[in-house]
Amino acid sequence: MNILLLLYWEFCKIGLFCVGGGYASLPWIQAAVVDNYHWITMTEFIDIFTISQMTPGPIGINAATFVGTKIAGLPGAVVATLGFVTPSLILCLLITYLMKKYGELSAIKGTLNGLRPAVVALICTAGLSFIWLSVWDTESIPSDFSDFDIKGIIILLIAMIAVKKKVSVITLLFGSGVAGLLLGLLI
Amino acid sequence: MINEDQQLDDAVKKLNIIPGTRHFYWVLFKSTFLISAFTVGGGMVIIPLLKKKFVDEYGWINDKDTLDITAIAQSLPGIMAVNASIMLGYKMSGFMGTMVAILATVLPPLITITIIAFFYDLFAHNYYVQMALKGMQCGATAVIIDVGLNLVYKLFKKKLLLPILIAVGTFITSLCFNVNPMYCVLVDAIIGLMLLRDPKYN
Repeated sequence: MNILLLLYWEFCKIGLFCVGGGYASLPWIQAAVVDNYHWITMTEFIDIFTISQMTPGPIGINAATFVGTKIAGLPGAVVATLGFVTPSLILCLLITYLMKKYGELSAIKGTLNGLRPAVVALICTAGLSFIWLSVWDTESIPSDFSDFDIKGIIILLIAMIAVKKKVSVITLLFGSGVAGLLLGLLI
Repeated sequence: MINEDQQLDDAVKKLNIIPGTRHFYWVLFKSTFLISAFTVGGGMVIIPLLKKKFVDEYGWINDKDTLDITAIAQSLPGIMAVNASIMLGYKMSGFMGTMVAILATVLPPLITITIIAFFYDLFAHNYYVQMALKGMQCGATAVIIDVGLNLVYKLFKKKLLLPILIAVGTFITSLCFNVNPMYCVLVDAIIGLMLLRDPKYN
């Protein structure tokens, strides 16, 4: 089969089966691209994982792009990404349609009423683990709170003030990137 | 607080970018693209940033719809950030909104990784690149905290016991016991289905 078609199809399957997002998709990607087709080696796969943790973008898209580039250059990257998002597109539009039709049912409303506070909690969890990451360079609760990164604290505090002053999100992200760079030069 | 809401409304009216217009699609594309390009982290990181932009800055969609969409995006297969942008785009302005949002979400990582695939060593070990990324991470942290606290404040203000218990329970479970969010969401959906059908919870 044409390699591009095969790439598309394999990432379609990954996109359909990986539930739980983020790291939950890694075993599926590994099974397909490393174990089954040997498109990339395990070392390269771990590299993708490392890159994904430090670069912008969802890990799934990053992996699809990396594998696609390795196998068939830019067309490969585009095709793999397209494959990954195709099931999402179909399922999400289907759900939106169903919600429009049946969203008024009390069962659906009740379920969503239970889910909303859960999302609030998950956003707070993400926020907290990002504080650990920004200030203590660890993803879980720091074992030693005194071992903090002063640069992280400075940028975080300035950014918090900026948020309160209603600075636009994009200006804020860009500005804190520049601040990180400047502090890196100074300290 | 009312004062703050009013200020927000005024800001939205002043910007006055109406969903469906050509200018709206351009602003939607631009802001989603930039957020996706500058945000290190997955769904639960990028969604608060999009929320801050779409809800608080432009007023294109409300809190409740955003939270519903986040919950559904988490439960469906695929990439959470992509799922969310598909549904947010649709909610704001139909199929065109979806296409613009998904393109803007996917393009930045596609471009970044294609470039990095060629310069991996140079990139991964460069001190200044890492410092800039670190800075952006701190910026994202500030926004997530703000969005999180704001939502918590609104949740507690409603003074309904069960939703507050769900939030606290989910927070503790996912934080202290490292349970996959999928399972938390599933349990909370069942609780909602059984106990929260009363219209006062809507």
